[in-house]
Amino acid sequence: MAFLSQARIWLDERFHWAELIGPLKKKTVPVHKLSYWYFLGGITLFLFMIQVFTGILLLLYYRPGANEAFESVQYIMTRVQFGWLIRSIHSWAANLMILTAFMHMFSVVFLRAYRKPRELTWLSGMLLLFLAMGFGFSGYLLPWNTLAFFATKVGTEITGQVPVIGHSLMVFLRGGEDVTGATLTRFFGFHVAVLPGLTTLLILIHLALVQYFGMSVPPGVDVRLKVSASEVREMKFFPNFFLRELMAWYIALGVLGALAAILPWELGTKADPFAPAPAGIRPEWYFMFMFQTLKEIPAKVWFLEGEVVGILLFGIAGLVWTLLPFFDRVGGGRGRRFIMGAAIFAASYMLTMTVYGYLAK
Amino acid sequence: MEDAVTPTRTTPRRRVVEFLLGGGILASIVSFVYPVLRYLIPPRIADLGGDEVVASKVGDLKPNGSKIFRFGSRPAILLMTATGEYRALSAVCTHLSCTVQYRKDLEHIWCACHNGHYDLNGRNISGPPPRPLEQFQVHVRGDEIVVARKREA
Repeated sequence: MAFLSQARIWLDERFHWAELIGPLKKKTVPVHKLSYWYFLGGITLFLFMIQVFTGILLLLYYRPGANEAFESVQYIMTRVQFGWLIRSIHSWAANLMILTAFMHMFSVVFLRAYRKPRELTWLSGMLLLFLAMGFGFSGYLLPWNTLAFFATKVGTEITGQVPVIGHSLMVFLRGGEDVTGATLTRFFGFHVAVLPGLTTLLILIHLALVQYFGMSVPPGVDVRLKVSASEVREMKFFPNFFLRELMAWYIALGVLGALAAILPWELGTKADPFAPAPAGIRPEWYFMFMFQTLKEIPAKVWFLEGEVVGILLFGIAGLVWTLLPFFDRVGGGRGRRFIMGAAIFAASYMLTMTVYGYLAK
Repeated sequence: MEDAVTPTRTTPRRRVVEFLLGGGILASIVSFVYPVLRYLIPPRIADLGGDEVVASKVGDLKPNGSKIFRFGSRPAILLMTATGEYRALSAVCTHLSCTVQYRKDLEHIWCACHNGHYDLNGRNISGPPPRPLEQFQVHVRGDEIVVARKREA
């Protein structure tokens, strides 16, 4: 302990440590009956840290390349001690991270935390969600198994349907006209270098914005607070909220460990580019609602091809969703009602289509 | 939300709680760190191909000639002495694991990394190598030269 206080004095003499951590000491978090939703963002961050850590571990043995990728993952899972566990945690944490990110997003919409002045926080969060989906899409291919191979084929083919730039985009993603070892090398590069860099930067921005504006208080609660100031309830960030957050992380880790150990992630069979696609090809669950929609759209809508219509619709919907906070103050209460309606529709549409996708053969 | 009464650290009930919490956290940390540490240790690669390998074909080697071949996961050297006798040895220098070569001019084995010399029986005769090279058995079966690990007697 003497060492710790000496270290603190040493730092204080050089960096004015007390001043640096002063704001953190004063930082508070509003307390109300909905505060539990605040934990979802933190849990997503925690799962991302798990991903970085287990991802680095996997890099010790993984080899990109059509002839080696599958074998190296097989090697990790069968020969490396606890390799199956590390890989299983990486896969499970990836899926849970997308899930908590989605829940975080919807809770922000329903608690209306996106409203002024937090528009940019929402925007950075949306970009992070797109990056997370990019992580999922690129990481899915890396074990080079049959399911991933064909899912990537379909996924990049859909990109190719985008009007005007589609084909060039597809060739860029695939590293050629077809999904080959070149695609794998590319996706590996995106997955371990490009995306982690961008994501880390955006997370820092996102956290800085959250820090700068403080946590939002839901409007209903806010009104009551303005009526009677005595109802203002706050909690210190250090250590009260921080310890609660740690507890939430600890529980998340427990759930993650249990899932990874009890339901280890499967590897499947090695991809064979010249074999016919097996039945039941499907993307990761968080792409399911889009995948299923594209399946349902007829081949020809008016004069446009079905896929093109689907992609355009999803493109527009995604853009509107990303710009959601900017509709909040439009036309008195109308913009707000539009946002709520859109959110309820989006949530139920995604849920229905995902369930339908898994039930329909 | 300050507690009205701050229990002292010596309260027995508090000590039990602290013990349970601390022990639990410690146990979970151990259970996370242990698999990671084990994961970091690369698994041992089994010597592929067992302890016998076809090193060459009869007639590929001339007297005073040599060839490096793969024996399990390591290189080995097959050489024909000037008198037409086959010898097979590990090609991994016992000094710092460089791959050795046969020097026609010296008529013995030489390691280029740190100038180590071995005679045709693999004995370290000069330079830094601390131990002789492992010697293998050579059999000629048909037109194949088969190299095998010496059985421990």
